Amino acid sequence: MTMELRSNSPGGPLAEKWERHRAELRLVNPANKRKHHVIVVGTGLAGASAAASLAELGYTVSCFCFQDSPRRAHSIAAQGGINAAKNYQNDGDSVFRLFYDTIKGGDFRSREANVYRLAEISARIIDQCVAQGVPFAREYGGLLANRSFGGVQVSRTFYARGQTGQQLLLGAYQALCRQIGAGQVRMYPRTEMLDVVVVDGQARGIITRNLVDGKISAHVADAVVLATGGYSNVYYLSTNAKGCNVTAIWRAHKRGAALANPCFTQIHPTCIPPTGHHQAKLTLMSESLRNDGRIWVPLRKGDARAPGDIPETERDYYLERRYPSYGNLVPRDLASRRAKEVCDEGRGVGPGGHGVYLDFRDAIARLGEAAIADRYGNLFQMYQRITAESPYRAPMRIYPAPHYTMGGLWVDYNLMSTIPGLHVIGEANFSDHGANRLGASALMQGLADGYFILPYTIGDYLAQANLPKLDATHPAVRQTGAQVADRARKLLEVNGRRSVDTFHRELGRLMWDRCGMSRNAAGLKDAIQKICVLREEFWDDVYVGGRGADLNEALEQAGRVSDFLEFAELMCRDALERDESCGCHFREEYQTPEGEARRDDERFGHVAAWEFTGVGKTPLLHTEPLQFEAVHPSQRSYT
Amino acid sequence: MRVTLHVWRQAGPVALGKFVRYDVSDVSADMSFLEMLDVLNQQLIGRREEPIAFDHDCREGICGACGMVINGRPHGPQRATTTCQLHLRSFPDGAELWIEPWRARAFPVLKDLVVDRSAFDRVIQAGGFISVRTGSAPEANSVAVAKQDADLAMDAAACIGCGACVAACPNASALLFVAAKVSHLGLLPQGQPERASRVVNMVTQMDAEGFGACTNHGECMAACPKEISIDFIARLNRDYVKAAVRGKAHAAQGNGGAA
Repeated sequence: MTMELRSNSPGGPLAEKWERHRAELRLVNPANKRKHHVIVVGTGLAGASAAASLAELGYTVSCFCFQDSPRRAHSIAAQGGINAAKNYQNDGDSVFRLFYDTIKGGDFRSREANVYRLAEISARIIDQCVAQGVPFAREYGGLLANRSFGGVQVSRTFYARGQTGQQLLLGAYQALCRQIGAGQVRMYPRTEMLDVVVVDGQARGIITRNLVDGKISAHVADAVVLATGGYSNVYYLSTNAKGCNVTAIWRAHKRGAALANPCFTQIHPTCIPPTGHHQAKLTLMSESLRNDGRIWVPLRKGDARAPGDIPETERDYYLERRYPSYGNLVPRDLASRRAKEVCDEGRGVGPGGHGVYLDFRDAIARLGEAAIADRYGNLFQMYQRITAESPYRAPMRIYPAPHYTMGGLWVDYNLMSTIPGLHVIGEANFSDHGANRLGASALMQGLADGYFILPYTIGDYLAQANLPKLDATHPAVRQTGAQVADRARKLLEVNGRRSVDTFHRELGRLMWDRCGMSRNAAGLKDAIQKICVLREEFWDDVYVGGRGADLNEALEQAGRVSDFLEFAELMCRDALERDESCGCHFREEYQTPEGEARRDDERFGHVAAWEFTGVGKTPLLHTEPLQFEAVHPSQRSYT
Repeated sequence: MRVTLHVWRQAGPVALGKFVRYDVSDVSADMSFLEMLDVLNQQLIGRREEPIAFDHDCREGICGACGMVINGRPHGPQRATTTCQLHLRSFPDGAELWIEPWRARAFPVLKDLVVDRSAFDRVIQAGGFISVRTGSAPEANSVAVAKQDADLAMDAAACIGCGACVAACPNASALLFVAAKVSHLGLLPQGQPERASRVVNMVTQMDAEGFGACTNHGECMAACPKEISIDFIARLNRDYVKAAVRGKAHAAQGNGGAA
């Protein structure tokens, strides 16, 4: 099999690419749209907005989610906000500035044309959401309010209290519901996609398992859209929902879709530190808190005094000290790395020294408690509920945690993977954030893909693809279905001694230690070996229990963990291959004397896209060179 | 600390259920309620018994997936807190807890503590939206919205669709859930054109799903993890009466003209 990575980025000046491309995209006749069946997997911001928009255009859509309702996809948990180049604050923002901030924040490891398009579309997303009734924060004059996020010096983030993701998702969910009610979308909740059906090289359907009765079914279509989110749960402990997984994109990868930059995983600086070995997940505290909170640790190692007893002169506001112009609002990768550093020096606070302070004392003194409560009330409440401490009285304790994955399935400018007909949108693709995502950009990307890009580009595919009639009795469909059923049966038959959860925890610890906030060649090689051993042990000794034809959470989990055990190896290989540091990918061997990431544009100014060759076999590396016409990659400076 | 649990176990939608007692020791006050159930489930798996099925996902109190009745109260004893955000420090050492699924005709039990809440989705499908085609929206700041209206709309929009209101209501009414959506959209200028048809269509669907009537007990508000106010029910009633007066023919406009 030969794999070709054609980005299909249009020519011409950067600012005109998308418009020109749109003019050239082929169209499907309105009367023919209903004859095309499109499958959308996942109902987060990207999936729900795509399914609704495609249905509005007249396509026949089937939409799937593993949750009991499409409204519960994990986009719902995004707190802080969504960026848009509206320049409502008159502070010098523009499409180009949003583009530049995003590409620089990503440490020059993303495609220029994609990022520019994202910035261009951003303003229309806000228009769309307001029209849907998303209750964004407003000023007293009735117009929309903004706040600042990390890595930028303008105020361009729109928000709905600390529940922006929830409100944007409900907007998309309601648009989706309208189409379900109209009979234009058929919704399959509590249904998990377990494979992609590829017929004659084209994605023509999926195999699913009904999570209530265990029934395995085939669904055929003219095109498949994956909007299945990220894989942070490879670390076991992350800010992702418990159900988030790599299964959909991993199974697509095994069917021929290239997986790009899997080692680019974002560790978010402000999460509530774990309290014990029972911990099931970690909770994020929004980056927006860094607008008013100051991050510090004691100057002295092992200082055990209560934070209030430590005088100003014995505190180290290390971000403000090292990065005076961005201060507490440096990008996430830097904030996380510096936090790890001060904790490794023995200056961390709280149990085990795994924490730094995020202090609101000065902001409360300046603005009053009421103003702070208005901005962050629900976040403070959430913190207090989990830790039993009040951030109004004592600083929050925070520590970095896995949060978002920039890597994902490789897609071209049309958001299509290396399997014709298989489109990938939102966090599931690799496209826009390079090696580090800026805050409030995930919501922007998910909705840009779903509302304003895919609906055009998928039409171009459908208009020209040769799509012979197909039904579920086709041998390729039946064979894929049989393989899925077989895998479930095998998981149940191992009947070993260890629960699925113990394997997942062990894998997570290993990945956090070896392929987390900092990495080195020796550690990665060791991790690859250990993952292979753990994977073998899993298939020898896992105990799942229960039946296949039943609501069986252990079986769902077993399938997901078995995929994580294959995927984790690729992640480490990718990290090992990339002999440089960039964004969140920090290889200890490659750093400046100040401890900043040292990129190697000459050798690694590319996207690393991997081709699957078999479980336990060395995958094939393909590269897509990144060309920069409008910006000049420089060493990122936030000082 | 240790706790004694009596958990509702039910093998399937038509099976008979019963309470089963479990003693769980070695749990910590810092654990969330669901982490305690995780510990118990790991023990059950170790003994080759079937783990307890319960819905959960984000574990941050926002997705609305989790929910169980703990000692007679949906989401347990702590105000404004979902089950996943409830911590064992809310209970005394040695506490005895009775754990049940939401109980309502419109929410049939699927297994153990898992119920089918798709009735809520169908109520939204009947009209819980503003009909705006992707791409047709005007500039976002072209319509000003008074801050107090936007804030009040946000209070209503904070609903997570968990169903605690239904579980708490002696009539298993879903009116707080429906009122929250009707109010959220009805408070905004963008929601005005469909205001009348929306409330009529959603209430009609709510009744068809088998939810009970509201008789102003207020239990829903007390159980709501997002503290949605029953003032929104008054707002819904007003909108509903107005729509009825203006005539159903005018009000019930199908699905808002979806494609």
